[in-house]
Amino acid sequence: MLSSIRASTTAEARRPSRSRWRLIWNQFRRSRAGLVGLSILLVFLLAGVLAPILAPYDPYEIDLEASLRGPGGGHWLGRDELGRDLLSRIIYGARLSLVIGVIAVAIGAAFGVPVGALSGYLGGRVDLFTQRAIDVMLAFPGILLAIVLVAILGVGLVQVMVAVGIVSIPVYARLVRGQVLSLREQEFVDAARALGATDTRIIWRHVLPNTVAVIIVQSTLQVASAILSAAALGFLGLGAQPPAAEWGSMLSNARQYIRLAPHSVTFPGLAIMLTVLGFNLVGDAVRDALDPRMRL
Amino acid sequence: MWAYVAKRLLLAVPVIFGVAFVVFAMVRVVPGDPAQIIAGETATREFVEAIRKDLGLDRPILQQFASFLAGAARGDFGRSIRSRAPVSEELAARIPNTVQLTIAGLLVAVAVGVSAGVISAVRPYSWLDASVMFVALVGLSMPVFWSGLMLILIFAVRLSWLPAVGTGTLAHLILPAITLGGATAAIIARMTRSSMLEVLRSDYIRTARAKGAPERTVVNRHALRNALIPVITVVGLQMGTLLSGAVLTESVFAWPGIGRLMVEGILTRDYPVVQAAVLLVALAFVFVNLLVDLLYALVDPRIHYG
Repeated sequence: MLSSIRASTTAEARRPSRSRWRLIWNQFRRSRAGLVGLSILLVFLLAGVLAPILAPYDPYEIDLEASLRGPGGGHWLGRDELGRDLLSRIIYGARLSLVIGVIAVAIGAAFGVPVGALSGYLGGRVDLFTQRAIDVMLAFPGILLAIVLVAILGVGLVQVMVAVGIVSIPVYARLVRGQVLSLREQEFVDAARALGATDTRIIWRHVLPNTVAVIIVQSTLQVASAILSAAALGFLGLGAQPPAAEWGSMLSNARQYIRLAPHSVTFPGLAIMLTVLGFNLVGDAVRDALDPRMRL
Repeated sequence: MWAYVAKRLLLAVPVIFGVAFVVFAMVRVVPGDPAQIIAGETATREFVEAIRKDLGLDRPILQQFASFLAGAARGDFGRSIRSRAPVSEELAARIPNTVQLTIAGLLVAVAVGVSAGVISAVRPYSWLDASVMFVALVGLSMPVFWSGLMLILIFAVRLSWLPAVGTGTLAHLILPAITLGGATAAIIARMTRSSMLEVLRSDYIRTARAKGAPERTVVNRHALRNALIPVITVVGLQMGTLLSGAVLTESVFAWPGIGRLMVEGILTRDYPVVQAAVLLVALAFVFVNLLVDLLYALVDPRIHYG
């Protein structure tokens, strides 16, 4: 008797089954824009992972003789102000962006998910306090909170990952809290409680697994926004410092040569734009696949 | 309605205090001795002590916070560590520039966004719709700082139509305003389109057409007015993007506003300036959000607030 109840409580979990994932993929596959976005992201991912193999030159090798030279002569995208190969630097930049995005999102999720889960599950004063704290964090528009954190932590690549990670904590906390609030009222949670499960076990085994799908979808979008924020900080001179091959800081250095070497401001920005476009296209297609009625 | 207004105002109070505390704490939680960090590693002992006294870092923390709040309420943020001028004066000189830029950006965003959205919605799934929406998606994906550089490259460097940097004339405002408003215009265009499409399917639009109203009247009078309600919400939500975009846009166009002051302040560790600028932008955001919520309650009589 007991074991059959236990079996049914886990079966009640609303985790999307394998066939549901296939359904979503079948919907997604129909969107040409989504597939284009996915290909862009695959190129970005490959460039990041295989940077040392794909890059034709050493991204840090200086050749002052060839400074700011335009595309040509084996250097497809030209050279930067120190004569470094721009294509190689952009490829290594993909690697750096990937690392920044993934680490920042990991930090955000590692803190935001438990905060949101506890806040939603326990309610009461814990919830009130965390919600006000989140209100304060969200009162700093866009990149401003990251700027404040960089002002505290100092300028640099590691600091940027931490800052951008902290900025995404409220996003996860709000998202998970909302999910937990509705899951908390489900019958399978009552059943688990009736069986004597502790709060920790209920949150960990019954509630959180049901939020995984939403967290994954959100994380994809969050990686894009982390990359963009890190690039913006790099551009302001508050992020990665020279000689790092980071897209934002590359733009920041190249902007003073905009008249002499337009290619050096065009290509790093194009790389950022294509990456973000890829994420946006995939994001739109996933949303349509999850809910065809939402299609724009 | 008034109960809602009161409740909304009351909710903003702890947020304002929280924001003030974060800004206050900014200098104090810096790893190491804040006075030493601000002064720089090569500074003399006297200079470090002068800064410590200037910022009141030698007093108890609660007393420090109280005098910070009292100062902030009067608009007194002390003196800039670099220029020695009162921070309030530096701020006052820059505020009009940022306000001007943000409003210009907002105008571009709404004007371009709403018209593009309506054009798309009137001929849905046509090549025109597809191209407008494609441009919107590209615009949405362009980082503000790069679209600004590209506009400079095309209109200032190549065509020499407009000045690249500086302020003063309307011509100086055009590129920064387009840069700042561009991404928001894209979002507004997408929202206007989907909202219009939904409204255009509704019964009262069919009624309007059936009684013989000309298409222009149907679109502008019947559809657009109702479709704009969710758009207003989006504009409100986008105010944060505009304010933070202003920081980046100012940096691209050497626009002497609050954002550039803030970034320069961080790079030179001029914390009183950074604190004042951050507090100002965050508070502006809180008040704009408040205003949008209240306006929303006024604009849409169908919504009741408890």
